[in-house]
Amino acid sequence: MCLAIPAKLIGKIDRLATVEVGGITRKVSLMLLPDAQVGDFVLVHAGFAIQTVEEEEAKRTMELLKELTELA
Amino acid sequence: MPNNQGDEIRQAAAVLVKEIDRLVKQPVRIMEVCGTHTVAIFRAGIRQLLPSQVELVSGPGCPVCVTPNDYLDTAIAYSRCDDVIITTFGDMLRVPGSSSSLRAEKAVGADVRIVYSPLESLDIAASNPGKKIIFLAIGFEATAPTAAATVLTAEKLGLDNFYVLSAHKLVPPALRALMADRKVKVDGFLLPGHVSAIIGEQPYHFLEREYHVPAIIAGFEPLDILQSVYMLVKQIHTGTAVVENQYSRVVKPGGNQVARQVLAQVYEEADATWRGIGVMQGSGLRVNSKYRRFDVRVRLPVQVENTCEDAACRCGEVLRGLVKPADCLLFGKTCVPEHPVGSCMVSVEGTCAAWYKYGAWRWQK
Ligand code: SF4
Ligand code: SF4
Repeated sequence: MCLAIPAKLIGKIDRLATVEVGGITRKVSLMLLPDAQVGDFVLVHAGFAIQTVEEEEAKRTMELLKELTELA
Repeated sequence: MPNNQGDEIRQAAAVLVKEIDRLVKQPVRIMEVCGTHTVAIFRAGIRQLLPSQVELVSGPGCPVCVTPNDYLDTAIAYSRCDDVIITTFGDMLRVPGSSSSLRAEKAVGADVRIVYSPLESLDIAASNPGKKIIFLAIGFEATAPTAAATVLTAEKLGLDNFYVLSAHKLVPPALRALMADRKVKVDGFLLPGHVSAIIGEQPYHFLEREYHVPAIIAGFEPLDILQSVYMLVKQIHTGTAVVENQYSRVVKPGGNQVARQVLAQVYEEADATWRGIGVMQGSGLRVNSKYRRFDVRVRLPVQVENTCEDAACRCGEVLRGLVKPADCLLFGKTCVPEHPVGSCMVSVEGTCAAWYKYGAWRWQK
């Protein structure tokens, strides 16, 4: 029921944002994430951005796993 | 490049599986609380990858599955009123009530509309001033703030024909009830990533303090899940039991403050009934006194038929990991995704639906 998807914030007017995911744009509310900025990746659930997704963090997970791979 | 990355992921997965194999010395039962995890685990074939000592069981993690019959019966009673439009997430249409479903009511003329966001209900309310719009507000902490934000918006817009029928549930009290249930045996939890994005890490700490059970906040990619299982078996191996956050690229330790504030502004904790499990103390949310005029149960009471459940349905035990879907006599016979008897067969995230779809009874693990 609550599939949340990461999307890129490409426009913002007050509490309303335009996000893009896989070439499709959509309007989402920023009421729950007012500080999100254009260029951020945000997690979208039920028409609301609910959290920012850190790309750097995502990369760090990959790095960590790579390290593990090299150890083995 | 994508190929390379695919190789890297496969390699990393192989290493994690090998490490898990090495660390697991006795059988462990890991419960994934969230329905989205259940589906991701099946889709990626993670059960088959793991050593047979590791058992993955599904918990009460899909809001559709835990919504009790009497809630559906109430929604159906409202849908039969002439001046009512019901707005809801799609899955709810198929959940059977005691003697009908919203889908059946819609087929005979009830105005039931599927929305993607609760905010869409407000557009419907604005363009139908003669009607009462009732949004079926279900979901855990990831969804409840969106309903709360919708109530605040309705207030700001001065809409007086918008209501919620609230059955929101809270994850930490459910975990507490599971741990307190002696029949339930769990050695570790995979905690729901998106719920945690809102509530953060703190609400789970009682698991380590009071029950000494390890728990990992987990993302939804196959590697996220494998890494989380690895983190769990490592803790079990060393006898530690702490809450760790594997999904830190999304889940901040403090969660989403704004969302939590919005939630607290509109709702208050209340006891809630979970399908097949019963009432769990403080495990739900109801609209607080300040916003009570949006609570349809308070504003427009309705006569509801007596609730009855199908005695053969074992959803309640499935949701606590006590039995497997295939142990239910109805599974795959009278109860299939096209004609669900119990709610666990309705949502794609439901345990029974996932078992059915991915043919899991064939390998029975
Ligand atoms: S994503 Fe959220 S609502 Fe959906 S199953 Fe998981 S915890 Fe439940
Ligand atoms: S198979 Fe159907 S009736 Fe049986 S437990 Fe699952 S959902 Fe309930």
